[in-house]
Amino acid sequence: MAEVVFFIAAIGAIAGALGTVALRNPFYSVLSLVCHLLALAALFLLLRAEFVAAAQVVVYAGAVMVLYVFVAAYVVGGDEPLGGTPGPGLRGVSVLFAGALLVVLCIATLGSGLSALGQEGAGFFPAFGSPKEIGRLLLTKFLLPFEVASFLLLVAAVGSVMLARRRSGLESAEAISVGDLFATIEPGDRTGTLTGAPAGTQLEAQEPVQK
Amino acid sequence: MSMEWYLVVSAFVFCIGAGGILVRRNPLVILLCLELMLNAANLALVTFARAHGNQDGQIFAIIVMVVAACEVTIGLGLIVALYRRRLPIDVDELRELQG
Amino acid sequence: MSLEAYGWLILLCPLAGTVLIGLTSQILPQKVHGAIGTLAIFGSFLSAVGGLFALQDLPKEERQVVAVAWDYLKTSGVDAELSLLLDPLSIFMALTVAGVSTLIHVYSLGYMASDRGYSRFFAYLNFFVFSMLLLVLAGNFVLLIVGWAFVGAASYMLISFWYRRRTATEAGIKAFVINVVGDIGLVLGTYFIFKHVGTLDFLKTFERVPQEFSRNDGDLVAGCLLLLVGAFAKSAQIPFHTWLPDAMEGPTPVSALIHAATMVTAGVYLIARMHPLFEQAPAAADVGAIVGCATLLVAATIGLVVTDLKRVIAYSTMSQIGYMVMAVSSAAYSAGLFHLMTHAFFKALLFMAAGSVIAAMAGNQNLDRMGGFRKVMPFTFGCMIVGGLALSGFPGLSGFFSKDEILSLIAARGDWHVVLAALGFVGSLMTAVYTFRMIFRAFYGDMVPEAKELADGHLHHPAVPTNPVSGEEEDYEVGFPGPDHHIAEHTLSMKVAMGSLAVLAIVGGLLQVPKVSHVLHDFLAPTFEASRFYEGLEPTDSLTYLAMALGGALALLGIFIAYTLWVKQPERPASIRDRLGAPHRLFVNKWYFDELIDTVIVRPFAWFGRFARNTFERIFVNGALVGGTTVGVRAGSAAVRAAQSGFLRSYAALLLVGVVVVGIYFLVVAR
Repeated sequence: MAEVVFFIAAIGAIAGALGTVALRNPFYSVLSLVCHLLALAALFLLLRAEFVAAAQVVVYAGAVMVLYVFVAAYVVGGDEPLGGTPGPGLRGVSVLFAGALLVVLCIATLGSGLSALGQEGAGFFPAFGSPKEIGRLLLTKFLLPFEVASFLLLVAAVGSVMLARRRSGLESAEAISVGDLFATIEPGDRTGTLTGAPAGTQLEAQEPVQK
Repeated sequence: MSMEWYLVVSAFVFCIGAGGILVRRNPLVILLCLELMLNAANLALVTFARAHGNQDGQIFAIIVMVVAACEVTIGLGLIVALYRRRLPIDVDELRELQG
Repeated sequence: MSLEAYGWLILLCPLAGTVLIGLTSQILPQKVHGAIGTLAIFGSFLSAVGGLFALQDLPKEERQVVAVAWDYLKTSGVDAELSLLLDPLSIFMALTVAGVSTLIHVYSLGYMASDRGYSRFFAYLNFFVFSMLLLVLAGNFVLLIVGWAFVGAASYMLISFWYRRRTATEAGIKAFVINVVGDIGLVLGTYFIFKHVGTLDFLKTFERVPQEFSRNDGDLVAGCLLLLVGAFAKSAQIPFHTWLPDAMEGPTPVSALIHAATMVTAGVYLIARMHPLFEQAPAAADVGAIVGCATLLVAATIGLVVTDLKRVIAYSTMSQIGYMVMAVSSAAYSAGLFHLMTHAFFKALLFMAAGSVIAAMAGNQNLDRMGGFRKVMPFTFGCMIVGGLALSGFPGLSGFFSKDEILSLIAARGDWHVVLAALGFVGSLMTAVYTFRMIFRAFYGDMVPEAKELADGHLHHPAVPTNPVSGEEEDYEVGFPGPDHHIAEHTLSMKVAMGSLAVLAIVGGLLQVPKVSHVLHDFLAPTFEASRFYEGLEPTDSLTYLAMALGGALALLGIFIAYTLWVKQPERPASIRDRLGAPHRLFVNKWYFDELIDTVIVRPFAWFGRFARNTFERIFVNGALVGGTTVGVRAGSAAVRAAQSGFLRSYAALLLVGVVVVGIYFLVVAR
């Protein structure tokens, strides 16, 4: 039974990966990656890593991929032609390199005589991989990485805001007054992205309003 | 299943990701391929956690996920900034850091 | 105070003087610097006198004291300390040097009064005296070499004192270069001796020499010959003498101090100090004696025809030092050193008097343009006569006793040394002739315009100051002589100095009258107690009287010849010159030594320098080495730069390749 699930999940993972790489439309690549992530979550479950699998689905497939979806929708990048890269003409050679890496890794894992790999794994206790155990470890043995990771998240968040804000002068963030909220809407005045708001009173997410 | 199978899958995914980085021109897709590689590493880590019988590998995988999230944030922020400035979203065109 | 304290004080006074003048050169007025300089050297002289008394208080066996300050140079095998050797020889030299230097400082107070570089002059003079005292008081080879080198440097600074005069700087460089050649000889000689003896201390070396070296041992002879090279370069003996006549470019006090009394006697001191080595290597000593003899003859012949007043005196110095070198090389130590002392007196006096005459001539030193100063400069004339008589060996004056003692002792050595003595007598005849030639030409005869001006009561001043040798225009600012000239008749300090030296030149001989007094001989005995010859070499009575009589007679004959040729029959010299054309040309061209050195040494070096610059440097170093390196680096960096293309994907590819390579490596290694 486990083998069947394994093969399905493995094929799903590899198919998803191939899809990510091969599909021309970036949106489709994102979706393919989501499939890959779900397959990987299944593999994690097979390896008795329940918490990791849950985190994979919730955090990775849930949050990170949503971020990708947003940006893929925002950045209207065209479909990429398959061939005709005027760059260093790497395509064939790069596949070769990747193949070489694959060969090396396979030799490393299979031919390396690490006998423990050929087995089912060491013995484990019932709560192996459960949130309780993971939480215990995170707060005792791995407390420092835990705290540093949270700090890293803070830095990343601040950094991304700094990167992506508009830079045309330091526009004064025009405060929204209560009056604006209750301003009457003139019928012929529908401009801007938000209905009813006169242009210029709120920060616009897109290009400046073209009148 | 013995552990080798999982590791082979991890190797495949990793190499597919690596090849994808070399082949694609859209930075968004390159970031996606980077995600592939990170996930392959995660799989290997969890596999070894299972092989050793302790959960250190799983903790490692969680931290890797955190790092991946941060890196995605920044990477996508960069792409948005590029787009805002009307620069081509193509890594072959963005090569001023040369020489 | 103890002898050691006096010894250090002798050195510290001039050092303090030079440092003080140097530090306060902008702060204190000029006159103060002159006073500081003179008082410093006078202090040194007083310390030397104190040292003399302290030395004589010690019993005879103990009169070789080594005063050590601290370790100076200690590495594996080398053990030099900052030590002074205080024994009769060094105290004698210190007294002579400090005493004559004091008088020359007094002379300079007046002579250099209007020079813009007055303070610098005194600082340099003090530094020179310090170096010379260091040289004579040194207790080991290292300090001797240090003092030797300092003296050379001080000599360079003082010869080129009027540094904007091209002729002066060229002369300074020539002197320095030849001195350095001597320095090399000195250092190499030291090495040869050190190799066997294993120590650099003088007393220890002298103890070990008889054990380590056999008679005329090859290394010892080589070492002594190299020491002689150093001595000859410093004392202007052939063939290292060409710098001395040119060194007359310096101010007259410099000539008096350095080139009469002190620096040029350093070589004589060296041979006397190293007498145990020379007595163990008679071959080298004989070379010294022969060179000394040759020098005294060559210099005397040149002195007969030279027309520059100071150069006559310079060649006379060379000749007299030849006597001294001959003496100490032939083991007539006390006689040679006695002549060193008397020569210091009368030669400094002659230079000072010459300075006075040159001042009256407004800087011109040409004998052809001088004449008739006898009536208008009586004091100078009197001093010149005293000095000239002493130099010629006029009976009763100091030079008479010292020179004849040398010649009688050399004759007493027997066998071929008698030839040297005979040649010495020939030289003394020539000495008398050229000395009085100089005096008669400058002071007798018709009065030249400068003398007439002086008779009217004012010194001659040229309209535009010029270099007396080359005729280039000058001015009166720093680097050239000052506007005023000072003659002895008008300047008290000059009179004091010259008068003192005149007195010393007259009475100095009384220290060693044969058969009557032998003060110096007894005084110096403790230094030379190891010498075979010091007590043993004694001329017979008849030889002594013969030498005295011959010397006196030759002196009088020489004066008579000079009087005849240059006073009684002034047209005779011209006809003699025409008849003896070839020898005259040889003498006037200084026996062609300058040309010889130019051809043999200077030209090959210059050619080699040009070759190095044009060929070697340009093609090999600039082209191949430097150019090749640049080209190589450029090519390499161009190749590496190609990897920085800016393409993200090529970077990623390189990364991947790297990972693959590392993976393969670990796979292979793990096998």
